[in-house]
Amino acid sequence: MGSSDPRLVLLAPEDNCVVVAQALRAGDHVTIDGAPVAIAKAIGVGHKLARRAIARGEKVLKYGAIIGTASAPIARGEHVHTHNLESDYLPTYTLESGRTFVAKQA
Amino acid sequence: MSGAELLGYLRADGRKGIRNVVAVAYLVECAHHVAREIVGRFRDRPVHLIGFPGCYPNAYADRMMRRLCTHPNVGAVLLVSLGCESFNRRALEEHIRASGRPAATLVIQDSGGTRRTIARGAEWVEEWLSELDAQITVPMALSELVVGTVCGGSDGTSGITANPAMGRAFDLLIERGAACIFEETGELVGCEHHMASRAATPELGREIVACVEKAARYYATLGHGSFAVGNADGGLTTQEEKSLGAYAKSGASRIVGLLKPGDLPPAGGLYLLDVVPDGEVRFGFPNINDNAEIAELISCGAHLVFFSTGRGSVVGSAVAPVIKVCANPETYRKLEDDMDVDAGRILEGRATLDEVGREVYELALRIARGERTKSESLGHQEFILTYKTFEPAGPACLPVAA
Repeated sequence: MGSSDPRLVLLAPEDNCVVVAQALRAGDHVTIDGAPVAIAKAIGVGHKLARRAIARGEKVLKYGAIIGTASAPIARGEHVHTHNLESDYLPTYTLESGRTFVAKQA
Repeated sequence: MSGAELLGYLRADGRKGIRNVVAVAYLVECAHHVAREIVGRFRDRPVHLIGFPGCYPNAYADRMMRRLCTHPNVGAVLLVSLGCESFNRRALEEHIRASGRPAATLVIQDSGGTRRTIARGAEWVEEWLSELDAQITVPMALSELVVGTVCGGSDGTSGITANPAMGRAFDLLIERGAACIFEETGELVGCEHHMASRAATPELGREIVACVEKAARYYATLGHGSFAVGNADGGLTTQEEKSLGAYAKSGASRIVGLLKPGDLPPAGGLYLLDVVPDGEVRFGFPNINDNAEIAELISCGAHLVFFSTGRGSVVGSAVAPVIKVCANPETYRKLEDDMDVDAGRILEGRATLDEVGREVYELALRIARGERTKSESLGHQEFILTYKTFEPAGPACLPVAA
């Protein structure tokens, strides 16, 4: 696991977000990839934090797969949710057009 | 290594069973009570009730019954017919006999009614139970094992604990040659292109995409919703993220085939099971509950099934043991007697995903060696089979068969 903090779950090594496993309060400090980061606001179980800084337009990976595109710059340790992450799927997807959800192979 | 990690009951088709049960099968709802009463005489013994309630014929149900009655975990079959239903009981009995299994049919209308049919059926079962008890097991390799996976009663924890842990167990099983099957194509919408990238051949990848598109159309016709507000409250942001939670059950192995209910995996590896009917929407929802999906996994030869649950399903199944992996630590504390694995430990920092994945894998081996699951020891034997329509899978679906 890239994250040793038991309050966070890293689902796949290539992910740029981690999942919160225990509710976090504002001011809590968590450890992501060995480095501490302060939590700005309360975050519930099942929500996501950025594992590193994510630029606007960058894909967000969870389970090693793309779950959408950052709609705003996201700082390391910041809450990743509907305010800064958008689906690549719902707004424009049609059965006929299809879209690519495959992470680029290194 | 000899590869003989398990012991199984050898069947005439070469497959091996990890259980040796007598199946009692009703061929129409009108025979259900009589069949149930026969099975009820053998509580805590390996006698399982299956059946098809419909009076009208259906090719899918016929194939499912053939596969279930000749499943490697089944050693003998008693068919219970009312007499006037349209199920082809003679052909089914012949099919079972041809598989080397003892089979008999009791027709209630010709057997003196309820009381006498129950008495005759119980006699038959008692006799064959003694025979099956005396059968010996033979060495069985992990590469002869087939495992299915399903989720039900899901919540926000399912996709981050139990499902990925079961996916890791799948990877461990597949590394050792087992065949593993995942399904729920209707809940994999948004994952089809990722699945296609994991397919053994580009042709199989295209079949997988088409199969999920079919599921999306089917559910859209039924007016199924997808992403709910409650999902966002639980931390899920996008539709594809939600689907990926269910998809995590599949692990990280290459996908080597696409099956339809009743298709047997021709070799080890990871398979996707297409559970959504072909053609126009008819007969209602593809699978009306979790046990309809479990029965389809078993029809593909699954010896045992992993079941992930967050809110806490208590079901088991006829024919094959069900291992329940509880995603939510609170649910586990409430329903511990029903849960085989406490995957919610991951959320409380008491275990890692890899540790729970290994635990699921090791438990699967113990269950395959005869240890009983929680639902087995509690007597759970849920079973349901309804109407569906399928076309045979195309040649691109099973590139490993060649």
